[in-house]
Amino acid sequence: MSNHKSPGTIGFDTLSLHAGQAPDPATGARATPIYQSASFVFPDSDFAAGLFNIERAGHVYSRLSNPTNAVLEERIAALDGGVGAIATASGQAAMHLAVATICSAGDHIVSSRSLYGGTHNLLEYTLPRFGIETTFVDPRDPAAFAAAIRPDTRLVFGEILGNPGLEVLNVPAVAEVAHQRSLPLLVDATFATPYLCQPIRLGADLVMHSATKFLSGHGVVIGGLLVDGGAFDWESGPFPTINDPYVGFHDLVFGEEFGPAAFITRARKEGIRDFGACMAPMTAFQILQGLETLPLRMARHVSNALRVAEFLASHPLVESVSHPGLPDHPDHALARELLPKGAGAVFGFTVAGGREAGKTLIESLDLFSHLANVGDAKSLVIHPASTTHHRMDAKALQAAGIGEGLIRVSIGLEDADDLVADLGRALHRVGRKRSG
Amino acid sequence: MRLEVDGKAAFAATGSASHASGRRAVVFIHGAGMDHSVWVMPARHFARTGLNVLALDLPGHGRSQGPGLDSIAAMADWVVRAMDAAHFEAAAVVGHSMGSLVAYVLAARHPDRCRALALLGASAPMPVTDALLDAARDDDHAAIDMANTWSHSPRAKLGACPNPGMWMLGGGERLLETAAPGVFHADLAACNGFDPEADAGPVRCPALVVVGEADQMTPARAGIRVSERLQDARLERLAGCGHSMLSEQPNAVLDALTAIVP
Repeated sequence: MSNHKSPGTIGFDTLSLHAGQAPDPATGARATPIYQSASFVFPDSDFAAGLFNIERAGHVYSRLSNPTNAVLEERIAALDGGVGAIATASGQAAMHLAVATICSAGDHIVSSRSLYGGTHNLLEYTLPRFGIETTFVDPRDPAAFAAAIRPDTRLVFGEILGNPGLEVLNVPAVAEVAHQRSLPLLVDATFATPYLCQPIRLGADLVMHSATKFLSGHGVVIGGLLVDGGAFDWESGPFPTINDPYVGFHDLVFGEEFGPAAFITRARKEGIRDFGACMAPMTAFQILQGLETLPLRMARHVSNALRVAEFLASHPLVESVSHPGLPDHPDHALARELLPKGAGAVFGFTVAGGREAGKTLIESLDLFSHLANVGDAKSLVIHPASTTHHRMDAKALQAAGIGEGLIRVSIGLEDADDLVADLGRALHRVGRKRSG
Repeated sequence: MRLEVDGKAAFAATGSASHASGRRAVVFIHGAGMDHSVWVMPARHFARTGLNVLALDLPGHGRSQGPGLDSIAAMADWVVRAMDAAHFEAAAVVGHSMGSLVAYVLAARHPDRCRALALLGASAPMPVTDALLDAARDDDHAAIDMANTWSHSPRAKLGACPNPGMWMLGGGERLLETAAPGVFHADLAACNGFDPEADAGPVRCPALVVVGEADQMTPARAGIRVSERLQDARLERLAGCGHSMLSEQPNAVLDALTAIVP
């Protein structure tokens, strides 16, 4: 697959506004209507049977699909360069849907060890209860991914920008490792959004997002999205959910019948149907409002973030700043290659004085909100070791590069000067407290 | 369903149903660079409603062994041999785009094997631009881009797919990317070389011609002319629909097919 723009196709900014939606044929509504309906009337009995048998297009029940959700699903599939998508109740639900569609008890996952804490919990502690094990590896080492692959491995996973260390996943290299062993690569692209990086264009097979974050931008909803790139050759490996007859659907073989849409169709016909972690239509509508301005917001997020990162890097009370946009970051060159528009707006820094100094800094900030989220239009701050990643033991924290003094910020859309001033004041207070 | 045709492996989807003797049959033939998966919805419908279904992968496409065939007539004769392998006598034969030419020629050359004919996105002749042919010959992705873009109506380029959550341009691109090197070009060259006067005689079975009024690849007027060449043809116009009518308006296509296939 090449990174190209087809002749006559629509540009990214236009797709952010229009993809997946036509003016409502019944009312002429320009905005996407909120179809707040649990179910949808069948025109006749044969049509009803056809919908259930995947021979008619349409909606049955909002757990399975909903017209508002469908606009969001199609829009993210368009922006990510996929064939289709499913909206889920949360980013965690999207991750679970991907895993549950591919893996069964006895299967194994190879994952980056630099992960969102919730994802780490799912892989390390919860999925083993269901017979699915994970081996965690250094996200900067594609050879480590290769070495960890076992005969029972079914999935390779990583975050495009690790959390909170901001390691840049070398998607082309890790995809090559995965594909050499006939495995799909799933990438969590939450921190980048398709504006900054389209992992499918780089070789990934599946992409998931926590839509709660930058895709929405407003911090008022919880939602997730799972996108199918449609290019993975499921027949190349042992993937019974795709390649074998599915008793739960009259022996349908998804890989045979649905071609490039095999995975996403299985995920909808089984995972959303049976696990039921669907998105509410009102949530889909609110995420769509955010997506309309995604290109504008992301450009501002990354420029503000770089400005703040440069300020912190030059401050005498800051020991280190981990932002791939800075030349001293180990992945700076890779970030310029894979994320040419910017390396996101979430990053970590370590203030001199350890945990106590970090606490003083966080409590001294006025504009930054101290909370457990990223990707809001407003700037956010948190101490990962005591909050988002507190369930990791000391060894895992060290392996993930999460020090006691690390502070994670998510840079919003405020005036950059105001953010710098807020941080400057807080650091001044840290300095005063240290000196006594 | 695995078949053996000319000593080579061939594949056809059956709409998730086993064939049974005594049932009426329907054969689906895909377009250039495509495979059986474009027919998934009508195949499943007619299988559920009691027909034996054969949604074929032409040689070199999908799961059928290559090499590809280099003329529409050769493809039509191959489809008849595939019907033999599946123990089909006469069938309703449905084709889309290049597949519509194959179906058309099959109906003319093998009238005893075609009890009804449905042509979707048809044009006879079916000229292909040099730019597309050249890019396909060079296995340049630009060929896929051109075909995929021109195959969707202006409306469909922005989506609003009737199938929830599916991005039509992405699906079309991925499917064309699965074609083995050389196959897409051979298909396009076969379409370009098709001569309706020399390659297709009269067709007497009942026929349906479905045209998309926003079809840039095979404009509606070309499909209308095809319907006028057939002795017993009904024309179905799909308003606002492009060439990729099976993804853009699957319900309307199925409604049209239910009038002639069973």
